[in-house]
Amino acid sequence: MPTVLIVAEQQPDGHLRKATLNALSAGKALAQKVGAELHVAVLGKDVAKVADELKTYGPKVVHSGSAAGLEHYIAEAHAPALADLATSLKADYVGAAATAQGKDLMPRLAARLKAAMASEVLGFEGQGADVTFTRPMWAGNVIASVKLTTPVKVFTVRPTEFNAAEPGPAGEVTAFSPKVDAVKTKLIEFKEVKSARPDLSEAKVVVAGGRGTKGDFKELEALADELGAAVGASRAACDAGWVPNDLQVGQTGKVVAPTLYIAIGISGAIQHIAGMKGSRVIVAINKDAEAPIFQVADYGLVGDLFKVLPELRAAIKAAK
Amino acid sequence: MKILVTAKRVEDPESKIKVKPDGTGIVLEGLKYKINPFDEIAVEEALRLVAKFPGEVVVASVGGKEVQEQLRHALAMGATRAVWVNHTGPLDQMGIAALLQKVAEKEKPDLVILGKQSIDDDQNQIGQYLAEWLGWAQATFASKVESFESDAEKNKVPALTVSADVKTVRVVREVDGGLATVECQLPAVVTADLRLNMPRYASLPGIMKAKSKPIEELTPVGLGVDVTPKLTVTKMMAPPARKAGIKVPDVATLVQKLKTEAKVL
Ligand SMILES: Cc1cc2nc3c(=O)[nH]c(=O)nc-3n(C[C@H](O)[C@H](O)[C@H](O)COP(=O)(O)OP(=O)(O)OC[C@H]3O[C@@H](n4cnc5c(N)ncnc54)[C@H](O)[C@@H]3O)c2cc1C
Repeated sequence: MPTVLIVAEQQPDGHLRKATLNALSAGKALAQKVGAELHVAVLGKDVAKVADELKTYGPKVVHSGSAAGLEHYIAEAHAPALADLATSLKADYVGAAATAQGKDLMPRLAARLKAAMASEVLGFEGQGADVTFTRPMWAGNVIASVKLTTPVKVFTVRPTEFNAAEPGPAGEVTAFSPKVDAVKTKLIEFKEVKSARPDLSEAKVVVAGGRGTKGDFKELEALADELGAAVGASRAACDAGWVPNDLQVGQTGKVVAPTLYIAIGISGAIQHIAGMKGSRVIVAINKDAEAPIFQVADYGLVGDLFKVLPELRAAIKAAK
Repeated sequence: MKILVTAKRVEDPESKIKVKPDGTGIVLEGLKYKINPFDEIAVEEALRLVAKFPGEVVVASVGGKEVQEQLRHALAMGATRAVWVNHTGPLDQMGIAALLQKVAEKEKPDLVILGKQSIDDDQNQIGQYLAEWLGWAQATFASKVESFESDAEKNKVPALTVSADVKTVRVVREVDGGLATVECQLPAVVTADLRLNMPRYASLPGIMKAKSKPIEELTPVGLGVDVTPKLTVTKMMAPPARKAGIKVPDVATLVQKLKTEAKVL
């Protein structure tokens, strides 16, 4: 029976990264299509607790690899350990969520496995050995089906395209001892960007600002707080240093799909739209009636954001 | 210091990309081509480092003879010389990484800097494959802490910190939830994020000088690399279109619609 191996991700704080649950449901979908067993691997300094959590989502086996040398995530250390595991399991497909870590790790792992790889997969088509991966190209202007012909196939999935895995029949946990080689990279510092607001990738509501804010995010943040929303931004706003770079939404930033996305003073370049067009409801506020953002917005309001924002916050407050 | 950078030829990011009705590719008419924006940032970073640690910047590209345009662009920015791997057939990430591995083994740079992804395939893989196959350290998604309005950026201070003995490089990486600073032993592979620097414009004298800078021609066969793709695109489609929305006249209508129609409040 073929094997699909999903690589889980432990956050620096020790918790399971939520996007792993989306990768798990992608793994389940793929396993069903190719008639495979679903396995999960998790690596770190101490992953016993995370492994116990993972087993409740219905995989056949959770491979729990704790090793002192894996305290901090480093691709060079994790890739060989995972490649050894994948090889010993004779895994046919190895996947993970397309998080920053997944994007860094999986191609290195693929290289080690001499495997071809599809990034940011949106879905699977076909059955058995003919399965193809659908994925975006050209900032999502094209959706392509790709076929990988190496014996092992590696992929990352776009978390917003798959629901989080539901609890299922408990799998078994197998501990293994990853071999950790000396690596040429060391972590010097991890500077957490702390925010009292919800995480951008996971928030139900996102309020995003662009160059039109002229760097004044105060009213926008007040609106976000009124809505319990995360704050996002266009590249122009990040480049100017108005907001931290990890708030960037788009082709090269985060891909988000909240229930409600409010774009404020953002023109709607394709690279920005690539990161938010999966949102259920899009609102655009822009003083230029011709701005391309209106082409993807469910509700567009033409106006000066500095006038609209306080009014909008008051009206939302009153409507609640 | 010797730095190897890449210059992929891609469609201008401003172009409107459309899928051909039969799904075999994109409509090529009217498209303009450029150096991949991420690669341009890699070239800029290499030039800033070499200004500090004298040496050379070697720029490589794989493709037909048209990629010489992108090589010339990097040369005009200030790169020292170019390597062109002449290949016109289909290529995948593994093929390109294998070719770059051979080029790196031949050139023996202290550092390879590539764009983190190219804006056509959006795969974000080659730097990582290359680092693994070379057995080198990797630091992906390199970015700058300071904003583009900062003095550091105006003075073209490199964002990558190379040690005085050119043995290590410190890289600030953009990751989920924060910034990770890593130190890699050289030689290493670094991939550039958009926020690493603002690339310079090629000056007129730079463009003139670039015309006489050498472009060395290599081939996959000469490098001993089989580039038969292991990844093939079987079909292309337009993305599902979003249903056109409406314009609302005022805030009151917007809030009412969000509440009763969209039910998101
Ligand atoms: C390779 C590449 C990758 C990229 N990746 C990304 C990405 O991931 N994410 C991203 O966002 N961009 C990305 N970009 C950049 C993108 O092309 C745009 O340049 C960027 O999104 C523009 O940001 P903006 O909409 O804030 O600014 P602008 O395009 O300048 O738009 C500002 C808008 O604000 C409006 N405005 C101004 N004043 C007011 C006011 N008082 N009230 C209301 N509205 C007002 C204007 O009408 C205008 O529409 C990328 C570009 C490239 C080349």
